[in-house]
Amino acid sequence: MPVTAIGETQVHVDAEGFLTDYDEWDEQLGGELAAQIGIEMTPAHWRVVRFLRTGYVEQGETATLRRVSMQAGIPVKDLFTLFPKKPAKKMAYVAGLPKPRGCV
Amino acid sequence: MTTVATAPAIVPAFDDKDDAGRKLAIICSKGNLDMAYPGLILANAALGEGVETHLFFTFWGFDIITKAHMGDLKFTMLGNTATHLPQGLGGLPGMTAMATHRMRKQIAEIGVPTVPELLEQIVASGGHLWACRMSADMMHLDEGDLHEAVEGIISAADFIEKTESAQLLFI
Repeated sequence: MPVTAIGETQVHVDAEGFLTDYDEWDEQLGGELAAQIGIEMTPAHWRVVRFLRTGYVEQGETATLRRVSMQAGIPVKDLFTLFPKKPAKKMAYVAGLPKPRGCV
Repeated sequence: MTTVATAPAIVPAFDDKDDAGRKLAIICSKGNLDMAYPGLILANAALGEGVETHLFFTFWGFDIITKAHMGDLKFTMLGNTATHLPQGLGGLPGMTAMATHRMRKQIAEIGVPTVPELLEQIVASGGHLWACRMSADMMHLDEGDLHEAVEGIISAADFIEKTESAQLLFI
């Protein structure tokens, strides 16, 4: 498992760069991960990321766009604005979680 | 002088440059429940990957975007050997309703939305819905009969023009 430096922190990642250890993440790191992919975090971004983090513990997997929109009440359209082009993967990356495995 | 080599951080390549320009055209020509999902699921997946996606609904596929039918698509065992049941069963009264009910349940159980809900999600994700002119004329339908998000009833030639350089799926 590769180790990479994000800011000052050393983290374990998979071949693509997604964090592999849930506990290596904190919000400061989340902000740095977002910066790596050109996203500046706002309260709206944090709401999504925090939902993903708690959802992962409860469900054992990363929430898909549909689950975020249905359960957190954040419209899909807004998710595309906050995390442009590839929202599901970008949200997961910033939240330090694996890519969602579901199709929808 | 000592130089410390710092390896660049491993960051996913999201490849979302504006000039990436990948485009997908999906032609939905079937109106069975089981034949509606593949196109819609793939459209949804493509949109989630930042791919500009256009769907063209034609012939029986028109049912997917027709208000009167989109929530009532059916699945039949008839002519479908992949159910691995005797074909004769499929023709018994009530079999199509039962098979449809079961398939809807299986789809809902894995958290996949209904056809109208999936259309909503596709539109919210920036997908484009187009209706086929010939099908509309044949079935005597106009914009008022179709899902509000359908951008227009267009000819096959118009669709080909709109999807220049797109990758294409015919379902």
